[in-house]
Amino acid sequence: MWIRFKRDRTGVISAYVVLFFFLIGLLAPVISKLYGKDPYTVYADERPELFDSAGVPVQPNGGISGEFWFGLEPGNGYDVFTKLLYGIRTSLMISVAVTLATVLTGILLGVTAGYLGGKADYWISRVIDFLLAFPAQLFFIASMPVVVSLFVSPRDETPVYVRVVALILVQWFLGWMSLGRILRGTTLALREREFIEAAKVSGAPPGRIIRKEILPNVVTPILVQGTYMLPNFVTAEAGLSFLGVGIVEPTPDWGQMFAKASTELVMQNDITYMFFPGISMIVFIVAFNLLGDSVRDAFDPKTAR
Amino acid sequence: MTEDLVLPAPREAATDATDAPGEPLLVVEKLVKHFPVKGGFPIRRTVGQVQAVDGIDLTVHVGESFGLVGESGCGKSTTGRLITKLLEPTGGSISYRGKDITHATRRQLAPIRSEIQMIFQDPYSSLNPRQTVGKIISGPMEINGLEPEGGHEKRVRELLEIVGLNPEHYNRFPHEFSGGQRQRIGVARALALEPKLIVADEPVSALDVSIQAQVVNLLQKVQQELGIAFLFIAHDLAVVRHFSQRVAVMYLGKVIEVGDRDSIYTRPRHPYTHALLSAVPEVNVGGEDTEDGEDVPQRERIRLAGDVPSPISPPSGCRFRTRCWKAQDKCAAEEPPLIQISGNHAGHLTACHFPEEPTIEARDEDIVLDPALVALEESDD
Repeated sequence: MWIRFKRDRTGVISAYVVLFFFLIGLLAPVISKLYGKDPYTVYADERPELFDSAGVPVQPNGGISGEFWFGLEPGNGYDVFTKLLYGIRTSLMISVAVTLATVLTGILLGVTAGYLGGKADYWISRVIDFLLAFPAQLFFIASMPVVVSLFVSPRDETPVYVRVVALILVQWFLGWMSLGRILRGTTLALREREFIEAAKVSGAPPGRIIRKEILPNVVTPILVQGTYMLPNFVTAEAGLSFLGVGIVEPTPDWGQMFAKASTELVMQNDITYMFFPGISMIVFIVAFNLLGDSVRDAFDPKTAR
Repeated sequence: MTEDLVLPAPREAATDATDAPGEPLLVVEKLVKHFPVKGGFPIRRTVGQVQAVDGIDLTVHVGESFGLVGESGCGKSTTGRLITKLLEPTGGSISYRGKDITHATRRQLAPIRSEIQMIFQDPYSSLNPRQTVGKIISGPMEINGLEPEGGHEKRVRELLEIVGLNPEHYNRFPHEFSGGQRQRIGVARALALEPKLIVADEPVSALDVSIQAQVVNLLQKVQQELGIAFLFIAHDLAVVRHFSQRVAVMYLGKVIEVGDRDSIYTRPRHPYTHALLSAVPEVNVGGEDTEDGEDVPQRERIRLAGDVPSPISPPSGCRFRTRCWKAQDKCAAEEPPLIQISGNHAGHLTACHFPEEPTIEARDEDIVLDPALVALEESDD
């Protein structure tokens, strides 16, 4: 499996790219320290000479210079480079958390439904059908403020962690069904195999059968689905932040940078602010999806592309 | 369901008096398994019962090999799964060494789990593809808390040697083995718990004929050298004849004839047993020498028509009557009991109102019930 994966050059390159993004996210504080700036400094106040009266950087291309590598944001004048680093960090942290939560839920409910069968299977499957019928994007947008208001009163300042938790909850709620369904099917097929009966004959308790006999046999669908799901969650989270219901200023976030950039694009016809978050996100999503394909191919050589 | 079942039986119990050969090890009485058939809309309800096993009695003695034969779908495998408690019986009782285990839970079964093991039909699905051979064989020992001398690995290597595999295969995965080798691994797994009874559910029917003989011989060696009782489920009469001392014939969820090997194979009384035996393909018809050097007389020829009736609505009375050439009104009205008919040896029981002569020699006239076959033969003449 590992050998087959290593032979796939696209897969290896995308794996490196993905790894690079995760490293950037992890090391964002270190990098910004070396770079000497952080994403919360309001440079419009600190260095007013860099901005004109409208709050737009004086220098061309959004104020790109040796000092500010990716330029400065209009308005508050945040440093774009560190903002992007921290934005990637926030986005990836949320997406990884959502992926873990959905995978765990999928395993729990999918394997339970498949292994127990009968009534449990019937009800879990109906719940899956019901949730799949939800319009996901609309639901996210509509429910984000509701979920947030569950934690804090709308009149108070919302702490960042509440928004993060809400984002994770909302995406998890509508994210686990596809994996759950796949695992239910796989477990259903495995349950009828004779090695499960052999384990039962030797007196194995159900927990052991699920852990030792079934789970090792469903690792492939879990990995493949997981690598497909994570980039989806990244884009969904970015979308929510773009629409203003996800992470808000001043906390940096990938999607929210697009929101800022699109206003600038309209207001000043300047594409600079779209450029860095856009390119980085496209590279990341494409690389992760290609990685997902390669993982699937490595596990399942029979499906030709 | 008795209380003392929960107590772990001391392993020395293996040498007590009940272990003498000839003592009943497993007694099955009036065992019934019905599978509900669900149907109907919008409210699903039980619309019928598949009467897979409908009141069978069996006794397996210590160290004995007991064969269970019958057509596909007659309930052989269900019986095996009921005895190993993979399925919950609908009725009747199963007792192992005098203990009633019919409705025992997993915990209650724990002390005797290691004594009843199973060998499965399909060697390609009976081994977990993600576990090494060592893990597969040592798993049952771990579950039952067995700590053999020298550790699990040493014991597994011993077992691999017993079943004729290289002990060096310890770390290999099942997909690296052929069907016959896999079945040997399955045998080693069953032996790992030092069982007293092994239920072998068609252990060779998925294998090549050349490999079948090897595996059957291995099982025979195991049975004789380790003194393990076998419930050998098969549809291959020749294999059962080679392997089993006593044989039961099943038809549509019932045992219709049971007896020692020679009684069943040379002196059968039930018409169905006659038909079954006459369907066994035979090489060198009529010219074959027996062990005594006598000529084997020409065998009788019986060809049945139609299929086995549906087990959802089996025929009244004798279940074989719909295909039997001797069926009369009595057969539909009254179910024949499984008894020793006059002329039978001791222990040879038959369930038939109008038993056949105890011989398999050719009759004056062949019994050919299949109309297509009749037409074919007439056109030949």
